[in-house]
Parts: sequence; structure tokens; C-alpha cells
Amino acid sequence: MPGIDMDRAWDLHPQVSVRPEPFGALLYHFGTRKLSFLKDRRLLAVVQTLKDAPTARDACATAGVPAPDLDRYGAALAALHRSSMLVERTP
Amino acid sequence: MTAMTASPAPGTAPGTRLVDLFERGLDAPICLTWELTYACNLACRHCLSSSGRRDPRELSTAEAKAVIDELEAMQVFYVNIGGGEPTVRSDFWELLDYATAHHVGVKFSTNGVRITPEAARRLAANDYVDVQISLDGATAEVNDAVRGPGSYDTAVRAMKNLADAGMKNFKLSVVCTRHNIAQMDEFKALADTYGAQLRLTRLRPSGRGADVWDELHPEPAQQRELYDWLLAHGDQVLTGDSFFHLSAYGQSLPGLNLCGAGRVVCLIDPIGDVYACPFAIHEEFLAGNVREEGGFARVWRGSELFRDLREPQNGGACTSCAFYDSCKGGCMAAKFFTGLPLDGPDPECVQGHGEALLAARPEDRAGIPKPSADHSRRTAPARGRRTGPVPVTLARRREDLDRPPVSACAEDPLAGLRAP
Repeated sequence: MPGIDMDRAWDLHPQVSVRPEPFGALLYHFGTRKLSFLKDRRLLAVVQTLKDAPTARDACATAGVPAPDLDRYGAALAALHRSSMLVERTP
Repeated sequence: MTAMTASPAPGTAPGTRLVDLFERGLDAPICLTWELTYACNLACRHCLSSSGRRDPRELSTAEAKAVIDELEAMQVFYVNIGGGEPTVRSDFWELLDYATAHHVGVKFSTNGVRITPEAARRLAANDYVDVQISLDGATAEVNDAVRGPGSYDTAVRAMKNLADAGMKNFKLSVVCTRHNIAQMDEFKALADTYGAQLRLTRLRPSGRGADVWDELHPEPAQQRELYDWLLAHGDQVLTGDSFFHLSAYGQSLPGLNLCGAGRVVCLIDPIGDVYACPFAIHEEFLAGNVREEGGFARVWRGSELFRDLREPQNGGACTSCAFYDSCKGGCMAAKFFTGLPLDGPDPECVQGHGEALLAARPEDRAGIPKPSADHSRRTAPARGRRTGPVPVTLARRREDLDRPPVSACAEDPLAGLRAP
């Protein structure tokens, strides 16, 4: 499955709302009317850090993602990108 | 419910499924149904809320806005507004604008009666609004038999107005009955004609639906037909997670396949009562009222009923069934209003476990719970009131009076004066 470029800047789509939950978070896209889930609090931290980080890789570092887990977090971000929840941002 | 995707779960223990997390409930509902009024221009035979007449205790505009404020604070993404016919409330458009301005998306169900070309343009211009047009037959003949004369034309006109206004992907919402299961392809074609998406839901024996359920619910062979059709169409057709009892045929249908009552869904009715689900308007499932101190949030988070529903449920008679894990015993409301035990099989259990229980119901349906509220329009005087002729005494004017007696309120100083 295609990934996303971790060395670029990303952000949530402006029509996406995030609601933290004990297990992670719920995401709702008002444009596509689709609901998504983040099953992990750290992934939520990554997603929330994206808008201020120069790259997705930096956002993962800031959120405390251990290096061996970076690929899996990258895959999770790619899945969010495929469902239009994430969009590329000009830094 | 909307389509769902779950992003992969880094760091989550293997085997932790979303369903298991949701069973314990959420801080706020994902999907909240809010019936704005019991008033309705139609009188559908299977109306799940027994609507017709407005309830005088209905929430005022200010109270409804206070509920929206709460939903915003709780980050409820959107509400499913229904009724009754919600658009007959005079403040409907005001509440719609208020909700979307406060980041609460609105998806509302309507029979189309107020979806004029002008209303359609207004709806198409708001990104945070979605519309569901209700239609229960792909032909006027099948639809009008359930929803009333003229209702097919009303719905089709509304869809045309929405399409003409450029509204994309609104919903054509169908309750599946014995008479329309064979029309699924026609419904799909109808939806495609107007750029709408088809949404199918299950007929529940709720409200007036209890009175017609035996004659309208799909036959066992039709359930299989519907299941195969749903599998073939996958994500193209929405179901509101309504047919999870069909998952016991084998392959799970898209969606959560979980009874969300009190866990991820609930109902606010027109007078502010909060029930576990839209199909369970009965005291047994009443969790509180938004007018009470603490409002909706306190009901959602603190009600004893909801806490119980979030506990792991007992499979009862179903525990030994190989399919229990896929259907979880089916729909609570369907069991309740057909008089079946809540910890037993669904009345439409596809493995046939509900049939003997249904057959054992008493002929007069005695002892089966009735909905707590009935707002159906009366076709006869209310029971308990005096009926028959109203006695009125008619008499001729006394012959010694040449005009009516002077009223005690007459202010004219010459009142009653007779000219000599």
C-alpha cells in the first residue's frame, strides 16, 4: 500500500473534527461524512502535532514515537490520507 | 450511521477490536437521534414513534438551542434529526442554522413535504447538512399503501428539487418490508437518477410498527435475498448498521455489527426524554430528560440504565449458538416489542431460533409491552371522554321581552332605557 512522504508537512483536512476518547480518538470528516478512529493516544498526539511540525517525521518525534515504531505510525497516517482525513500542507 | 474506516492501530494490543471498546460506551454519543416534534402531516402505518399530533410539552426554541450548545460542548459531530416531520416545526430552519453554526452537523429525515425548490437551494448551500428522504416503495402503489396517498409523489418531487439545486449525495431512505424487498434494484436506480445514495433500514416493531409488524416484516426467504443484495452492493449502500442480525448468515456486513443502544447511540424525543435508542420509546429504556439538572450530558454519562447497557451483556439462550459472536443476539427493541426475552434470540433470527417464540405469543398479544407514548392522530374521540350527543336547551324568547336583556357589561348610561 502506498505510504505518505514522511519528510513533507501534513495536516488534518479543514473539514475534519477530532474528538479525544479514552481509547484514542474519533475523527469525523464533514465533507465525506466518514467517521474514522484512532485506536491509540500517541497516534492522536501525532495527528495533533502535524500542523506545527515541519514534517510528519518531526511530528512523530515530538509525540514520542519510538524509532522502531515509525513505520507503523507512517502506515496509520497513510491510511488517514487515503480516506481524505490528512492533506499535504505547504510549510 | 456513516461509513466507517478504522486506521491501523500501532501500539494496540492484538485482538483489541473497536467493537470491544465501544461496548463499554463513549464519553459522548457518535450518533444521536433527535426527534424534534411528534407532529406529522403523514400517518405512516409503521411509524416508529407513533407520530401525528404535536405534544404541548415539546421543547421550546430556547430549550432546543440549549441542547445544541451541550452537544457542541460534548463534541457530538452530528445529530440525526427526525420526528414526526421535523420541518413542520416553525423554528426548524432556525435550529438547523444554529446547529451548523455551532459545529454540530445535521442529518435530517423528511417525507419531503417542505422541500421546495427554495428550501433545496438553501440546503445545498450548507456543507454541514445532509438530507434523508423517506420512501418505502419504489412505486407509488407499494409506497402509498404504507405511507399514505400522495406520499410517493411528495418524496420524488423533493428529490428532484434537491437534485436541481445541486445537492449531491443526499440519502434515499427505505424501511425494508415484505412488499419492497423485491424492489431493491429499482430503489438503487431511483437514487442514482437523483444523484442520491440509497440507505436501507430494518422495520422495527416499534411505535405503530408493532401493529403491522406481523404483516410487514420480511419473510425468512426475503431476509436471505436482502442479505445477498447487501453483500453484493457493499459500501455503496448505507444501512445505519441496521441489519447486524443478518450477519449470522455467515459473512459480516459492513459496519460495527453491534447494538449501540446507550453505548454509541441514543434518542432525545420531542419533550426532551432521553431513550437508549430511537426504536425503544418505552419507560423501560428511559434514561432521563434534558430539562433535568445537568442536562443531556448528565443523562448520557450518569444514567443507571446506560451504565447497565454498557456492561457486558448476557447472551442467555443464545450463548450456545455458534453465531452469537456475529449477531450478539440481535436487536433489543425488536425483542422487547414482540414480547421476546431480551437475553434470547432476535424475532427475525436467521438461524430460525425466534420462530417458535413468536408462534408461542398469545393470539391477543396480551402482556406484550406497548410504547409509552402515542401521538397518533385520533380517528375517533379519545377513550374515557364523554361521547354521544351534547345536551343543549333551545328556547324561544320570552313573549314579554321585545329585545334581548341588557348585559351586565353594557357601559352605555342609557342601556336598558325604554322610550316611553
